[in-house]
Amino acid sequence: MKRKSTKHSIPTKYSLLILTGFCILLMFVSFTLNLSGGPLNTIAGYVFVPMQKGINTIGSWFVSRADDLKSMRDVMQDNKELQEEVDRLTQQLNTIKLEQYELDNLRELMELDQKYPSYKKVAARVIGNDGGNWFNTFLIDKGSKDGIEKDMNVIAGSGLVGIVIDTGPNYAKVRAVIDDASNVSGMALSTADRCIVHGNLATMNEKQVIEFTDLKCDEKAIETGEQIVTSHISDKYLEGILIGYVSTIERDSNNLTYSGTITPAVDFQHLQEVLVILDKKTVQKD
Amino acid sequence: MRLRLRRKLVVFAIIVVCFLLQSTLFQTLSFASISPNLLIVVVSSFGFMRGRKEGMWIGFFSGLLLDIFFGRVLGFYALIYTCIGYVNGFFRKLFFPDDIKLPLILIAMSDLSYNILVYLFLFFLRGKFRLGYYLLHIMLPELVYTILITIVLYFIILKINQKLETIERRSASKFV
Repeated sequence: MKRKSTKHSIPTKYSLLILTGFCILLMFVSFTLNLSGGPLNTIAGYVFVPMQKGINTIGSWFVSRADDLKSMRDVMQDNKELQEEVDRLTQQLNTIKLEQYELDNLRELMELDQKYPSYKKVAARVIGNDGGNWFNTFLIDKGSKDGIEKDMNVIAGSGLVGIVIDTGPNYAKVRAVIDDASNVSGMALSTADRCIVHGNLATMNEKQVIEFTDLKCDEKAIETGEQIVTSHISDKYLEGILIGYVSTIERDSNNLTYSGTITPAVDFQHLQEVLVILDKKTVQKD
Repeated sequence: MRLRLRRKLVVFAIIVVCFLLQSTLFQTLSFASISPNLLIVVVSSFGFMRGRKEGMWIGFFSGLLLDIFFGRVLGFYALIYTCIGYVNGFFRKLFFPDDIKLPLILIAMSDLSYNILVYLFLFFLRGKFRLGYYLLHIMLPELVYTILITIVLYFIILKINQKLETIERRSASKFV
């Protein structure tokens, strides 16, 4: 019996050792050279992404049918209210148009460009979430074939969702700002005081908030409800994308900096569609 | 040869289905943002049903799949799952198909040790020391949810494995 097994294959003990060594080597190589998958990404992308898409399409079909029935009545009611609002807003719009016209003229005079250029974006669907419960990364159904590259910013609505950390031909991996390993340089919108925004699994589970630290500002300059946006010194995140609103703030024990928590602007529980900004922040290199 | 191929294909299909369900359906069905770990059920049960070698290889491929799609570095999850599959293989001698106590205990232990390893390497080493919190709010809920799923999934895997074994045995006796 023993002879038979040793004749054809190496004992399990050794193959475990070999596999372990292989895994450690793989970790070392992919960590130091910063490469990810490569051909593995391509193969896995073509095999699994279509299936994930399929499951998601079926799932969202059922969910949307259920929602349809439930929301039909609400929609009728909403429609009536919205019609009234439309009338009211049309009036407002007219006055705003006038003001806009005036503003344009003044801008032209001062030769000012718009502060935030409108970025080129591409819409993508979320097709899979991190299998475990420790991290908040997810897959979207657009990849390098659609022009998505590593380090592109991902938004939903008006808020920052995260950043592309890896791409395959037809999918991309996105790390959310609420991920425990995510760090974003942010700033307060009104005072331009900078801080660091950390994702945090524990606070996100407890109160649906993430942390910020190292905020240097004057006393009482920043209060709860202040908008935190991405800062101008970040080398990966474009400036001025809303991260969230300050929910608590307190002075650190060093009496110089403040830290606290932020309620993210995006609802990460029900994230279905995201926009990937195709413009990358260009950093000048020497 | 054909039989081995059949077994490989069936096992691969099980891994694929579980991976897909875990990353799509069960993320939607999560309670309090906790979802079960189906792959650990597959790896662990093939470990104690089929022995160290198969457990090890199934673990390796399931882990590699997770690494490609959700890993920080390639090889990390592969290593953990490989070891879990291997260790479960030691319990093959104690395993009887009708008894569900041993599989439940083994799968629970596997899930717990998987989570503790992930915590140690990906959280503890980054300075997140609240083990008590993570234990209560991440590991134990996942454990309970996984056990609930196991009660169903384990019997499906068991039936598939028994079917495969009868086919293998029948064709083996044909040649003798």
